[in-house]
Amino acid sequence: MKPAAFEYIIPESLDHLLQIKAEHGDEAKPLAGGQSLIPAMNFRMARPSLLVDLNRLPELAWLHVKDGELQVGTMTRMAELQHNPTVAAHVPLIAETVPHIAHPQIRNRGSVGGNLAHADPASELPVVAVALGARFRAISASGERWIPAHEFFLGTFTTSLQPQEILLEVTFPTRQDRTGYAFAEVARRHGDYAMAGVVAVVSLNAQGQCDSAQLVYLNAGDSPTPAVTAAAMLIGNSGTPAAITAAAQHASMEEIAPYGNLHASTEFQRHLARHLTQQALKTAFERARAEFLPHP
Amino acid sequence: MITFTTTINGKSYTRTVEARLLLSDFLRHECGLTGTHVGCEQGACGACTILLDGQAVRSCLMFAVQAEGHAITTVEGLSDDPKNLHPLQQAFRDEHALQCGFCTPGILMSMVPFLAENPTPDEATIREALSGNYCRCTGYQHIVCAIQRAAGVKPKNAHPE
Amino acid sequence: MSTYFGKRIPRNEDPRLLTGQALFVDDVQLPDLAHVAFYRSPYAHARILSIDVSAALARPGVIGCYTAQDLGDYWSPGPLLVSPPPTIERKIFHQRTQVPLAKDKVRHVGEPVVMVVAESRYIAEDALDDIWVDFEPLGVVVDLEQALQTDAPLIHEDLPSNMGAQVIQEKGNYETAKAQAAVIIARRIVYDRGPSVAMENRGVVAQWDSRTQRLTVWDSTQAPVFIRGGLAAMLGLSESQVRVVAPFIGGGFGPKIMMFYPEEVLLPWLAIRLKRPVKWIEDRQENFYATTQERSQIHHCELALTQDGKILGLRDEFLHDGGAYMPYGLTVPLNSQANSLGGYIIPNYYSEFKAVFTNRTIVTPYRGAGRQHGTFVIERLLDHAARELGIDKAEIRRRNFIQPEQFPFNNEIIFQDFAPLMFDSGNYEPVLDKALEMIEYERFYREIQPQARAEGRKLGLGVVFYIEGTGIGPYEGARVQVEASGKVSVATGIGTQGQGHFTSFAQIVADQVGVRPQDVMMVTGDTDQFHWGAGTFASRGAVVAGNAIHAAAQDVRQKILHHAGEVLEAAPDALEIVAGQVRVQSDPTRSISLGKLAQRANPMRGAVEPGTVPGLESTNYFGPRYGATAFGAHAMIVEVDEATLQLKIHKYVVVHDCGKVINPLILDGQIHGGVAQGIGNAFYEQLHMDENGQLLNASFMDFLIPTALDVPHLEMAHTETPSPLNPLGVKGAGEAGAIPVGALFAQALEDALGLEINEIPISPQKLFELTATAEALA
Repeated sequence: MKPAAFEYIIPESLDHLLQIKAEHGDEAKPLAGGQSLIPAMNFRMARPSLLVDLNRLPELAWLHVKDGELQVGTMTRMAELQHNPTVAAHVPLIAETVPHIAHPQIRNRGSVGGNLAHADPASELPVVAVALGARFRAISASGERWIPAHEFFLGTFTTSLQPQEILLEVTFPTRQDRTGYAFAEVARRHGDYAMAGVVAVVSLNAQGQCDSAQLVYLNAGDSPTPAVTAAAMLIGNSGTPAAITAAAQHASMEEIAPYGNLHASTEFQRHLARHLTQQALKTAFERARAEFLPHP
Repeated sequence: MITFTTTINGKSYTRTVEARLLLSDFLRHECGLTGTHVGCEQGACGACTILLDGQAVRSCLMFAVQAEGHAITTVEGLSDDPKNLHPLQQAFRDEHALQCGFCTPGILMSMVPFLAENPTPDEATIREALSGNYCRCTGYQHIVCAIQRAAGVKPKNAHPE
Repeated sequence: MSTYFGKRIPRNEDPRLLTGQALFVDDVQLPDLAHVAFYRSPYAHARILSIDVSAALARPGVIGCYTAQDLGDYWSPGPLLVSPPPTIERKIFHQRTQVPLAKDKVRHVGEPVVMVVAESRYIAEDALDDIWVDFEPLGVVVDLEQALQTDAPLIHEDLPSNMGAQVIQEKGNYETAKAQAAVIIARRIVYDRGPSVAMENRGVVAQWDSRTQRLTVWDSTQAPVFIRGGLAAMLGLSESQVRVVAPFIGGGFGPKIMMFYPEEVLLPWLAIRLKRPVKWIEDRQENFYATTQERSQIHHCELALTQDGKILGLRDEFLHDGGAYMPYGLTVPLNSQANSLGGYIIPNYYSEFKAVFTNRTIVTPYRGAGRQHGTFVIERLLDHAARELGIDKAEIRRRNFIQPEQFPFNNEIIFQDFAPLMFDSGNYEPVLDKALEMIEYERFYREIQPQARAEGRKLGLGVVFYIEGTGIGPYEGARVQVEASGKVSVATGIGTQGQGHFTSFAQIVADQVGVRPQDVMMVTGDTDQFHWGAGTFASRGAVVAGNAIHAAAQDVRQKILHHAGEVLEAAPDALEIVAGQVRVQSDPTRSISLGKLAQRANPMRGAVEPGTVPGLESTNYFGPRYGATAFGAHAMIVEVDEATLQLKIHKYVVVHDCGKVINPLILDGQIHGGVAQGIGNAFYEQLHMDENGQLLNASFMDFLIPTALDVPHLEMAHTETPSPLNPLGVKGAGEAGAIPVGALFAQALEDALGLEINEIPISPQKLFELTATAEALA
């Protein structure tokens, strides 16, 4: 299991990187953390002819809160996302989710941009991005653009990034008052890709009634899968068990489209999604109701 | 071919290699540091875990040339002298935390930074930290004991002598 | 005289392993080393029409490509490792063994077709993509039952069907017993295939030195002595020209004793041909196809009992998956046949199996080696019988146990070692009682489970019993020598894969020779050091090699006392050996060190008398009449999350008896590891194969082995019933931990969920299906 040969370039600067992408397009494969790409190369399922190593551009790794957003540079490592107190304080959902992604040794190397651009429908962070309404900053030699998360993920391992573009930054809205966030998944073993998983986000009005809700699923289709109707069913509700059960039922049975895999059939995935939705919604409503939003 | 320089266990190495050479192969076959083992080459088993600037990473999921300018520590960097073990190595011996010993270097290298960040971990924390390293011989119980011993915590099944 | 035997002594081998200073096969570096990769069949069953390696040969860095044609007369099917027992009368066996490179057709995915050698493994793998093989796909047989249907494609076309073997063993008359029975419990039981997944994949390095005319092979084998003999014969060399080294091995578990693997045959041939050392290291993906696996069996079994739960008879008819070839004979299904009797008095037994060829990886023993299947059969049937008869599940086992005074107990069938299946010693009830006490059996059913149920929680308890046939022959040997330094060297022929032989064997020697275990230098698995013996398998290292070492060490002790008696002018029985000094018991100032004695026994001048041999050295051997039978009980309390069907093991108890214990620390480790593999087998590890014989999860992404979070803390207890079959009184322990876990999980999960489980592995998905079925039926 040795990778096929490739040409290897360390760009001297972001501009240089963009020139390379302008010249080679998809042929020039960015090497970010490499924790998904290199295994695929070792299996020879991926055979890029040109690898552009992003690890030596310090300007690609940063993380700060500004203008009500958590802004994260593409080469920020997963471990940083997990442990940086700024993340836990401002986007607690991320801090809650990241420990479920693989293992510490992988998170020490794996990058935020690499994970998102890999667009694995079983991955956790893309689901968080879609549920929170994150935005993705794509850049190329000819300019830059912002892509809303729900338009970024087009399918399995497919994004709306153009061949000349790289993902430079992702921004997540910081936590809102009277809003509760929750992540829940079931994996065969800790750190495995989950059989089913969901992010729930619930915002309450001053009367404690839901005025917006998000339910987004992993491993439930080709890309992060929102259950829009189920979420809408919660509007105006205070999170009663009956409403939660009905939303979970609708989302898991009507809206998501899991394919089934070696570890869980479609039916079992729906069953798990229903259970996880109930659990996540219950937690999200509880957290939203709490005055000061205590999060773990 | 690419020429690069990296520091391994405090010693500088300058070598010229193919870009595709995995760091694990470089350490083992170019530098003769065969204590780092290779069990899957897909980042799952953890046998090849090393420290990159003090952080545990899989050496099978990095290209050797990416180590340019970084400081690497392998199991030999804890101690390569069987007569003079590092305290964690000693704890593994005391608790019989290894059998075939193939996965052991990767586990040691994962646990060094873990113990630095968690000086007195409980069993559940230890098991979670270990979950990125496979061991097929021990059933993990004595490994947990060894880490407790290294942390100065009394192992759950302290042996009656 | 046991200062060290029986003590928890840290291992001698650890310091080297912990500091990265232990040699594994892939650590061997030689000048001018070339690297091998294999083009392996992408089809499970296909005819090879043509092979084109021209593009591969043209690639820079490629040294050569070899097909079956290129091997000429060297091409030959491998030897049959273990013939079917001649002592079994009712048997059919068709010998079909693996070939080094597929010639006319391929019979499983991953079967090697072309060997490529290149300047690096990277280039060799590049060249695999250049090879073009024209295959004509054939019908594929993956299902055991379909394999025997008359229209099934034939895997070996010269045979009338895919049946590779059939064995019938019988004691008493089951049909008569059945006619008298109050209740018959009949079930179909499935135990699926599994790989051993040693952390180190296999590897072979071969070097031919034309100046000394010697071949050296470093091989991740559990049986270096047999590899040496076989290679010498195949290559037309004298055995003295061949050195096989099994260095540190990263886990064996059985499949590393398969022989000959194609790579073991090919690499030495290639090294001689190229006059250049060559290395092949299996990668993880190859391991899922190219290293042997175990398990698939389908049993149709029934148990006949009286109203009060006494077993009258057992009938078991099963299919055993042999894979594409059967080089290991019938060891695995014969173990199943033996273990189906459990530790119980079963007066009437009819057992018939058919071993079936399938288009799957070859099956050879893996830790447990068929024993877990048999255990699963009898333990499951007893559980179902207990429920049907309204008898407590512990009690029904108690009522059927072989009693202590009945040992040695003759089961009246033949075991895998060709000898009658005799249980040498045992005392079963205390083991079960201890397990029940530790798991708090009564309290669980009186308080804990009812309370949990009231809270809506699904809690179940399992308790099962098992036996383990260990320590079979033929024999092992060892040489023990006191060196001039006063330290002791020991060489034995078996290989070591983590069992702690460098320590447990040293303890045996240290007690006899009067040194510390750390002063005993062990050499295992190097045929230049010792070239007699069979290998490490069937939990026999401690029993067979251990007793050989004990015998040789006793001889050396006698020599020491004899020589020292002459020097110290004292009778040998008036002497003692303490801390490397031989001294007169009544006057410890009269003493001589072992080193000085060793020097005297090997003088530079002065005659060594005719009829004597120099040195304080002895070589001796041990071969048991038949195997020693260990036994034990496991008990577990498990909670199932009703929604996610994930498990949490609250408590896991092991009570084990393997006779006298050499090193309790090492023994605990062996049991822990066995249980962990058993848990993997029971709940995590499944090879998913499609109808074309393609493995769908040949990587660690989807093949799940248990991590530290999936294996619970084990509470251990031991009883000690010595074996009368060997001087040390020991029995093997290597496989015990893995044997009863499937049966335990099935029982505990049934108890928690109110389902019936007759298959292994189980998984959340399976539980989901079973729950849905149960709900549909309700």
